[in-house]
Amino acid sequence: MSARNRELLGLIPASLLVTAGFAGVFIQRSNVLSNVSLTYGAIFLGLCLAGHVVIRMTLPHADPYMFPLVAALASFGLVMVYRIDTTLARQQAQWFVVGLILFAFTIIAFRDYRKLERYRYTIVFVSLGLLVLPRLPGLGYAANGAYLGVRIPGLFVFQPAEFAKIGLVIFLASYLRDTRQVLVTGGRRILGVTLPPIKHFGPIVVIWGLAMLIMVLLHDIGSSLMFYGGLLAMLYVATGRISFVVIGLLAFALGAWYLGTHIAHVNARVEDWLHPFGQLYYKPLGSYQIANGIFAQAAGGMFGQGFGQSVLTIPGTHAALLPAPQTDMIYAVITDEVGLFGATAVLIVYLMFVARGFKAAIMARDSFSTLLAVGLSAIFAIQVFVIVGGVTRVIPLTGVTLPFISYGGSSIIANFVLLALLLLVSDRARSPVTP
Amino acid sequence: MTSQIVRLFGLIVVLFALLIFFTTRWTVIDASKLDNSSLNRLTLIQELKIKRGRILADDGTVLARSVPAGGGTWKRSYPTGPLFAQAVGFSNLAQGSAAGLELSDGSYTRGLQTGLNSIFGQLTPTRVGDDVYTTLDPKAQQVAVQQLGGQVGSVVALDPRTGAIKVMYANPSYDDNNPTAAGPNVTTFNRSTQAGYPPGSTFKVVTATAALDSGAYTPNSTVNGNSPVTISGVPLSNDGNQSWGNVDLTTALTYSINTVWAQVAEHLGRATMTNYMQRFGFYSKPPLDYPPDELNISRPFAPDGRAYPPGSPNEDIGRIGIGQGGLLVTPLQMAMVAAAVANGGKLMVPHMTARVVNTDGVTVKTITPSVYNQVMKPSTAQELTQMMRNVVEEGTGTAAQLGGISVAGKTGTASIGAPGSNLTEPWFIGFAPIGDPKVAVAVTVEKTQGGFGGTVAAPIAKNVIQTLLSEGQ
Repeated sequence: MSARNRELLGLIPASLLVTAGFAGVFIQRSNVLSNVSLTYGAIFLGLCLAGHVVIRMTLPHADPYMFPLVAALASFGLVMVYRIDTTLARQQAQWFVVGLILFAFTIIAFRDYRKLERYRYTIVFVSLGLLVLPRLPGLGYAANGAYLGVRIPGLFVFQPAEFAKIGLVIFLASYLRDTRQVLVTGGRRILGVTLPPIKHFGPIVVIWGLAMLIMVLLHDIGSSLMFYGGLLAMLYVATGRISFVVIGLLAFALGAWYLGTHIAHVNARVEDWLHPFGQLYYKPLGSYQIANGIFAQAAGGMFGQGFGQSVLTIPGTHAALLPAPQTDMIYAVITDEVGLFGATAVLIVYLMFVARGFKAAIMARDSFSTLLAVGLSAIFAIQVFVIVGGVTRVIPLTGVTLPFISYGGSSIIANFVLLALLLLVSDRARSPVTP
Repeated sequence: MTSQIVRLFGLIVVLFALLIFFTTRWTVIDASKLDNSSLNRLTLIQELKIKRGRILADDGTVLARSVPAGGGTWKRSYPTGPLFAQAVGFSNLAQGSAAGLELSDGSYTRGLQTGLNSIFGQLTPTRVGDDVYTTLDPKAQQVAVQQLGGQVGSVVALDPRTGAIKVMYANPSYDDNNPTAAGPNVTTFNRSTQAGYPPGSTFKVVTATAALDSGAYTPNSTVNGNSPVTISGVPLSNDGNQSWGNVDLTTALTYSINTVWAQVAEHLGRATMTNYMQRFGFYSKPPLDYPPDELNISRPFAPDGRAYPPGSPNEDIGRIGIGQGGLLVTPLQMAMVAAAVANGGKLMVPHMTARVVNTDGVTVKTITPSVYNQVMKPSTAQELTQMMRNVVEEGTGTAAQLGGISVAGKTGTASIGAPGSNLTEPWFIGFAPIGDPKVAVAVTVEKTQGGFGGTVAAPIAKNVIQTLLSEGQ
């Protein structure tokens, strides 16, 4: 069977999932099974088929599992968002359309994605510019004390970090392709640790500085960790030096510790993480959200309470019991409603997607492609880890989205671009003749 | 770079395993601890979403029901308010407090014990509990309230054949729609089951049971009834210091002669007296379907307030035999004494829950009458009944007479407060009709100025008995 036919077959489970999911929500909500759930399933299947046709026409050799895995995540996300708020789900579906258009555009415009290398400095400066936008007066705004959003009055709101992460990965893939040999061979060994020459060490320090800056400027450990972790992963793959990773992590830990104790908002997040069930529960910006997220997970148990059973607002009021259920806390809602097994299944789908991304990286025939695929896959995996880890109290909770599942236009669009780039790398790697 | 990528993937697998481990920790390992956390409102909210079943009187009068409280939650409403507040109690989930049948029958009204609801409860949008039909009789309850007429006191009436509680009312009561409201004549304290009163001469029924059933006496045995006699080294007088000479026990009960019964109790001894008290249910919590915290144990207490262990050598068994000597009882316990005699010596387990009916109208549980204890021989019960009949026909309890229906009873007038004070605790216990008793009752009024059981309590009992019998009890 050809790769594309396998991809087409892979979309069937996703469509069944979305139909069954909507049916479940409808039954719960009105006790009737209307054919609207079938309509939703059909529309979603139509969107998936459109995406599939684009891939079939442009990338015949690309990985056949990536798109169906994303479709499964997106369909599940749509059901969850629908269950939380029907209006948001409609908007989310519209963002899917926009995302798919941008997905097709990326594939067609960057058919030879290696030309991105030519614009690497433009890309990195635009990305860095995007990151600081939320701090600009009049444009940026803070949500829960972190500066993650940009509001263009009357037009739209977006989260630049979602796009910046792709730009930074493209830049670093290109940069490391050029310098990876020098970073390893040109270094001196001090105390048995290979240090790169100062000249080339600079960019790594810059990355570290960038991560710290994100914390200082945006007050956000999550994004900081996501960028830094993704870039460190690329550095490791490019050089094979575990010492760089260890030094990098130590430097990050040191910086994070210092800033965590000196920036009030970051410190509060850490305190909430350490003591969610104490007096902090009652304080503004305290541990109310994380504590109730954990209570929601406990209520879900092994098999979950079923779609629509999670209590999100205090009955009889509009007061949130679980703040931001459609974005930050969506993993808690998932665990509450489909239980440990459902949540684990979601994590395994993410892991399978990351595995396909790494597979593309291994199969790629040039370093830039490999590093690009590794970077995109790693930053995607770390994003999942940061938000799920925040909700499950592995690390302090910060507001990044759960890719393809959380509500949010920026997240959907950016991750579709990420998917397009991975498919481009994969198609080139798997094509029988070198173009 | 392949090996680095494989190792990197290994690291990511480890990180995701950490996520799954933490999810497991919250959903399984720590789940019950988290569910019970004081900060966690989910368990309470789930409870609030259950539409609990109603609690109804024996004639179908609604005593408790659920009304919508917004957001898919429910709260309890009590249409009869203070009339049944003590029996029905209240349930305020939001404040985590509950009392009465609302507490003890909560598993029925929440529908947790009955088949389908517990299995499919998760699937149905609203969980609905079962209805609880009680044995309570609104009409007789209303009569009890009227007859007490605002006096502090208690009325308990039951069917001696089954143990079904028909009336349980005490003044003051409270509005169970608002149980925390304070006021001068408001209390959630249920005197019928929680108070401790000296039973006075009504206890002579217990002493007489021990005397006859043990074989030491017959109704015709004579005892010297002169006054005073020394009991436990302290002189004891009859009412008005009247000396009766040698009298038989029937006369001694009819005219409630203290010196006779105190001597009988002393003669029987602590072991026999304690044995019969325990048979009636003294020294243990009454087996009522009611929260244990709201049930008081009837037993003698030392002057320092500590309970005597059963058969303690320190207790004044002579005075206990006439319902004094530190003996403190609940009205419920004294109603059980009357019921035991009425039912041929067989004391039935008192209960208020009659049956549980699910939303389809199917009775899912019926409370069948069960025997608590064979307190005395049927012949003893018969002899006692005749003695108690004399009390009502010609003795201290004539105010309980019913036209055409024979009543057996015993009055009591316990003196309380400091010696020489005029404060009394009037009592009446009894049952009717003789031959086929359908109603047993205990009535007491708290701290009257010199009121007698025969004049204060007996008329109340008479009206409650009359109402219940007219309803075909």
